[in-house]
Amino acid sequence: MIRIPKTIYDEIISYTNSKLPNEACGILAGINNLVKKIYKMRNVEESPESYLMDPHEQIRVMKDIRENNMKMLAIFHSHPKTPARPSAKDINMAFYDDVFYIIVSFMNKIPDVKAFKIIGKSVTLEKILIED
Amino acid sequence: MKLTVNGKIESFEKESLTIEELLKLKKVKMPEMVTVELNGTILEREKFKTTYVKDNDSIEFIYYMGGGSPII
Repeated sequence: MIRIPKTIYDEIISYTNSKLPNEACGILAGINNLVKKIYKMRNVEESPESYLMDPHEQIRVMKDIRENNMKMLAIFHSHPKTPARPSAKDINMAFYDDVFYIIVSFMNKIPDVKAFKIIGKSVTLEKILIED
Repeated sequence: MKLTVNGKIESFEKESLTIEELLKLKKVKMPEMVTVELNGTILEREKFKTTYVKDNDSIEFIYYMGGGSPII
């Protein structure tokens, strides 16, 4: 289970929504599965069907996470027109066993947000607890 | 030799290591999907085999973060 403060949860949705029709992406960091900070990342592919983070930005963010004594807890991205479940490409590029992969789907009017753990080819749905 | 790897100081028995060898020692699953920064500069992948690290170097490595949702 990942715990996300409501303000950050809303930011995930508003940021990914602001980048439509393209996919958007970011990183969540925190302590003990409680998210403390959102990093809104650039999708260098600027595509409605894929995302790739900028490696320079990734390294900068990882250093910031360390300096603030946090851990990377989740990687989020949006699916503008497909469901909130990992695609084959999402699974193939899920290299971090210990982070949550959060997908925001805008396929329907109300955004659907789901979290997963992806280990190898095994995908497990995880609970998101939104905290006030 | 001592290296700082992803912010942690680590000791290595070998006095000479390429980036490729270092990634192997760190059990990186797919080195071709990793970005490496050596002393603040991102290395081109072609240089992983030929670039040696030395005592007190600082290395950051991170997997690509990407994916996609092909529209069917």
